[in-house]
Amino acid sequence: MTDSAVTNILVAGIGGQGVMTAADILATTALAMGLDVKKTEVAGMAQRGGVVTSHVRFGEKVLSPSIPPGEAEILLAFEPAEALRWSSHLKQGGLAMVNTFAQEPPVVSIGLFDYPDDPMGQLAELPLEVHHYDAGHAAIELGDRRLINSIMLGAIADHLPFSADVLLDCLLQRFQRKGEKLVALNREAFELGQHAFS
Amino acid sequence: MNAVNPVTVAQRQFISGNEAVAQAARDAGCRVAAAYPGTPSTEILEYVANYPELYSEWSINEKVSLEVAIGASMSGSRALCAMKHVGLNVASDALMTQTLIGAVGGLVIIVADDVGLSSSQNEQDSRYWGRFAHLPVLEPSDAQDAYDMTRAAFDISEQFEVPVIVRLTTRICHVKGVVEAREATEAPQVGGFQKDPARFVMVPGNARHRIPMMMERDNVLRDFAEQTELNRIDPGSNTSMGVITSGAAYFHVREAFPDIPVFKLGFSHPAPVERIREFAASVDQLVVVEEVEPLLETELKAAGITLQGKELLPKVGELTPSVLRPKLAGMLGEALQDAELIPTTEVFPRPPTMCVACPHLGIYYCLSHLRNTIISGDIGCYTLGAGHPWNALDTCISMGASLSTAVGLDKGRAPGDEKKSVIAVIGDSTFLHMGMQGLLDITYNQANVTVLLLDNRAVGMTGGQDAPSSGLNLHGEETSQVDFRKLCEALGVKSERITEVNPYELPTLFKALRTETKIAEPSVIITNQPCVLTERYSKLPPMTVEADKCTGCSNCLDVGCPAILVERRETVVKPNGREKELSFVKIDTAACTGCDLCTNTCAPDAIVPALNVNAINAVEVK
Repeated sequence: MTDSAVTNILVAGIGGQGVMTAADILATTALAMGLDVKKTEVAGMAQRGGVVTSHVRFGEKVLSPSIPPGEAEILLAFEPAEALRWSSHLKQGGLAMVNTFAQEPPVVSIGLFDYPDDPMGQLAELPLEVHHYDAGHAAIELGDRRLINSIMLGAIADHLPFSADVLLDCLLQRFQRKGEKLVALNREAFELGQHAFS
Repeated sequence: MNAVNPVTVAQRQFISGNEAVAQAARDAGCRVAAAYPGTPSTEILEYVANYPELYSEWSINEKVSLEVAIGASMSGSRALCAMKHVGLNVASDALMTQTLIGAVGGLVIIVADDVGLSSSQNEQDSRYWGRFAHLPVLEPSDAQDAYDMTRAAFDISEQFEVPVIVRLTTRICHVKGVVEAREATEAPQVGGFQKDPARFVMVPGNARHRIPMMMERDNVLRDFAEQTELNRIDPGSNTSMGVITSGAAYFHVREAFPDIPVFKLGFSHPAPVERIREFAASVDQLVVVEEVEPLLETELKAAGITLQGKELLPKVGELTPSVLRPKLAGMLGEALQDAELIPTTEVFPRPPTMCVACPHLGIYYCLSHLRNTIISGDIGCYTLGAGHPWNALDTCISMGASLSTAVGLDKGRAPGDEKKSVIAVIGDSTFLHMGMQGLLDITYNQANVTVLLLDNRAVGMTGGQDAPSSGLNLHGEETSQVDFRKLCEALGVKSERITEVNPYELPTLFKALRTETKIAEPSVIITNQPCVLTERYSKLPPMTVEADKCTGCSNCLDVGCPAILVERRETVVKPNGREKELSFVKIDTAACTGCDLCTNTCAPDAIVPALNVNAINAVEVK
């Protein structure tokens, strides 16, 4: 069965939310730690407001790039309904970090489908460790909704097989060329994520 | 001119299969690379474009890209073309004859199968083309393999004077892994074009002589397959089952059954039948794990090797560990460990949508409000018009098919369909790829078709790449830009039957559609606003909804813009006693770019420019 030395993280959300970037930062951090890493990218149709997931797997040696259902240790969910959709990918007792900022697709808006009444309540009933926070609103208050990314990375920073500082370094390196203001803002978002999830 | 940059040996890079192919082409001294964008192969040429030492282009379509590569190969240069699976169907006309000519400079055809249909109109197995065209097929299993095998493909191509197919799948193209590049090869000598009509001019008299040579080449390649290190056996302690596999499935097999012997086929066609026969003798039971079609399985069974394949495994989709385990664990006598899985929760679907402010939104708003139409569709973002809320696309087959299918829909009208308007919807890049011929057929045969040519000056679906409609080449350099009005005129559409419209002006659009569908002649309506994913698009200040003015009529929701959200619903009873559901809306001002389309649909003028909006997009984070 799966090598237990491999860490499996599923990042899930909606096209345009920065799911791929978050996964990329996780993967490059693991790479910087000298680990073998595989990471799936989703392109094409899924970018257009569709569901986006990225599988990040790292360890001494990674074989298949796909995380089988029931084998993810961590689910980093950028949207509550997506957390629910992908919860079955987690193993029993797995960790779900959920941004509670809901985003309804047009098919819900026009009344063809219903958004779940209480996604967090449904998640709480599953045998998982669920932490949540409204990273969407927090990001907008910090000045840009794209900061969700850094908040979410902060959320799992203390649950990884490497230190939070390494992840933060890898994150901030991306903004190095874009000025100190952005670096400071992303650091703030990351640190907020580290502490805000309850 | 032909110098290649030295790369650091053993440098650990974290790159996708697509980027690995690009690097390998550069490191192999490839001099010409051509492609038409298509998921999942698009990024290959985007990465190649970063290397100034080799010529690279967006070609008009995949057949053209192959022919560009063929020409370069005939000149003695190493050449590559890249395409998605359906692209090779388009290129196959050239392929089936080029196989007789062979390769002079290394000629590598990268084809990416969209196993699992992430963004394609079908799922097909391009390994068939290797059989059909008598060409070797290499199958990388990850990004490192993609690098190594693309390099090997150039060598094999020159060694055997044969075009080589490298078959990727989505799971190779779009998976990043650790790749170690090797020292770039010394740039091979470019011999220059040597006239050789008996080889390069494929008329019957010449082609006839080349066919036996191709057959002989098959034999040589078969011997090579038995020798090459691209095919290898991973030993395993549990020999009660052995697996023969290739491509992405290799790692899935290794993950699912770490202890069994695995025959990894990197050079999968022609198959190394004798080595496989030996392997078969070393295990109790043999299974072929190949994604999509049972090609190897059929060939190996025909060679008298006892094995199983698609009796056990699906012919559709990826063969991931979670697919393989339940199907094959029994053969190992392993009980399926039924780990207690978290139950799955049914959640609403979240299909892909058009972008906020997409110029196609207005088109589909109008089309969804027209009655008595047959709307023939094509391949691109506008295929999404088949979905909610528009439901305004009736067919989608292949690149350019909207126009030619429309001819048949018109000419084959059944009694009762006389009054229906046949409309063809196609984008600029798709039109230039394979649609022009269809328009020529419409005018030549005077079909009663209204063509909507959605010119957003980009290949939108694959991310906004340039095309002749944008006036920019692969490198973003200015080049000639197609004039669609002149082009349509040249193809025989009367000047007065060509209308250019701004797709954000709904009344103009409606008028043009009503007029042109009534006139029983070929007509073309060309839209003229850019794809919102490209730099040509300029955002405007966002709109907002004045809540007290919104009557809940939901007209604006018919636009289908993802920035319009329902805030609350109410059911009211109308004077006639019928119930009506009202949807009161708001606009996501952070997403809205002020295209103004929805204000056209709002009778009570509740949609107004958003003043006092916090500058929440002020910080650029990418």
